[in-house]
Amino acid sequence: MIYLDNNATTPLHPKVKEKIIDFLDNYGNPSSLYETGREVKQMVEDARQKIADFLNCDPDEIIFTAGGSEANNTVIKGVASCCTFCNVSNTHIITSAIEHPSVMNTLKCLEKQNVEVTYLPVDEYGLVNSKDVRDAIRKETVLITIMYANNEIGTIQPIEEITKIANENNIPIHTDAVQAIGKIPVDLKKTSIDYLSLSGHKIYGPKGIGVLFRRKGTKSLCPLISGGHQESSMRAGTENTIGIVGIGEAIKQLNLEMNSEVKKIKYLRDKLESGLKKNISNISVNGQTEKRLPGVLNVSFNDIEGESILLRLDMHGIAVSTGSACSSGSLDPSYVITALGVPAEQAHSSIRFSLGRENTEEDIDKTIIAVEETVDFLRKISAI
Amino acid sequence: MSGTNWNYSDKVKEHFFNPKNVLKVSEEEYNADGVGENGSPVCGDLMRIYIKVKDNKIYDMRWKTFGCASAIGSTSMLSVMVTENGGMELEEAMKIKPDDIIKELGGLPPNKIHCSVLGDKALRAAIKDYYRNFDQVNKINKEKESRIVCHCLNVTEDEIKMEVLEGVKDFDTLQKRTKVSTACGKCEPEVRELLDKYVKKYYIKDIYTGE
Ligand SMILES: Cc1ncc(COP(=O)(O)O)c(C=O)c1O
Ligand code: FES
Repeated sequence: MIYLDNNATTPLHPKVKEKIIDFLDNYGNPSSLYETGREVKQMVEDARQKIADFLNCDPDEIIFTAGGSEANNTVIKGVASCCTFCNVSNTHIITSAIEHPSVMNTLKCLEKQNVEVTYLPVDEYGLVNSKDVRDAIRKETVLITIMYANNEIGTIQPIEEITKIANENNIPIHTDAVQAIGKIPVDLKKTSIDYLSLSGHKIYGPKGIGVLFRRKGTKSLCPLISGGHQESSMRAGTENTIGIVGIGEAIKQLNLEMNSEVKKIKYLRDKLESGLKKNISNISVNGQTEKRLPGVLNVSFNDIEGESILLRLDMHGIAVSTGSACSSGSLDPSYVITALGVPAEQAHSSIRFSLGRENTEEDIDKTIIAVEETVDFLRKISAI
Repeated sequence: MSGTNWNYSDKVKEHFFNPKNVLKVSEEEYNADGVGENGSPVCGDLMRIYIKVKDNKIYDMRWKTFGCASAIGSTSMLSVMVTENGGMELEEAMKIKPDDIIKELGGLPPNKIHCSVLGDKALRAAIKDYYRNFDQVNKINKEKESRIVCHCLNVTEDEIKMEVLEGVKDFDTLQKRTKVSTACGKCEPEVRELLDKYVKKYYIKDIYTGE
């Protein structure tokens, strides 16, 4: 199989797999004081340290969660409910129109509880204008949450500029960096982002484990899951020790490989992009081409529909995803693609290729040929 | 961008991967007796059907489709149903309903139904076009219309059912899409009842196999 859906999830790094297998017999509860507990506690703290080293922050600032969605929920609901309890009326949050559903739907839920949300528009490349952020700020604004890089089109937001604006106005800033980590260097000593989310399974680690970075000194959050004292009482529940050991190792590997992998992945993506453009007429790239994640290519193959393309590529053993309505179970095409001002019919034709560390030059050559054949076949039977 | 609901039957896959009766030559060269179209690219599906008629039977049907796997698979299936055994009589073909195609296909995921609905509508349009082209306009409009539920906005029970099959599950969305019950409002209780009935009917199972 040629796997080109690394933004959906990634295969385990072989070193991560090895680490997890070696760990599996360590059943101790990290909260137990006797030896088996202490041993596991130590391994959890080792993983925390590796992540802190990679992000250049303090281990105390790392909170393990059950994934990227939970990290996003923790910040957004945490900030909002603290404000509700403190009786702050007219709570207001600023975000963008192309956030991941784990941010979007969380905010939609808060809107029902009378939190006001500003969804900033993006330009044709998917970029948020930092001036719009400044203009949207009110005295009731309690959080700015803008993703670092978009999952569907790969556009990288001007997070530094936005952070500066947030800092100047004394408003907490959160970024969903699930897609950015491992692809863009993030140094938390050089920026003053307050909260950052990341996820294990997008960085060759296990699923169901994520991290919320919470800068020391930021306002306290109401925990999403309350209970025991785990994760400094920010996330109760006996730790997902297998996931934590796994994500720790995944981060360690990123530290070693990231620079060379990113170069290779970008080279392959560019090769795919130029190959498709050269061999197939009437296609358009969705999103930014400059400020874009190295492995992402989102293309509309006009006049044919995304799900059909996806399934025919599947027949060739190639895995991709689409922004067409047909695959989402809803009636509308991707809100991310349409937010760029791309017409609906073109959004239905969109395919996302997202490359990863396992892809080879041969994969790309084969993909270009298979896509060409698929597009040609479907265009011949298309009514447009 | 979540994963595809890949609950297609083998029949759908067969017709999607090897579609039958696609129009391969130009429209001029094929020179159909009747042509019908349905759908819109904005919604993600558009199909055009071409028929040739002899002795009141459709002896050849060709098609072109922009759409997802079930749109392509169901149009291909329809073309086989209509032309097998020497061709279907026009009156029979006029009566084909989405359920008939779905049954032949061995079922479809509920949210995919609207794709195949287009096939029968496009076929009816092609037959009407044939009637017009060959001086038999009197045969048009003999089809039985579905019962009208909302008289102000002219919404039928069939339409409500189709909306549900397209994924509508609540009254507000149904109203937004069809404008049902937005005038006198008298029909609202019945509309809600029908909505409830079809939601219950189609969303307990993963695959809809026709009635
Ligand atoms: C941008 C972004 N945020 C959040 C998530 C959710 O992460 P998880 O699957 O770990 O909950 C994803 C992954 O789908 C993502 O791409
Ligand atoms: S009958 Fe439906 S609004 Fe009047």
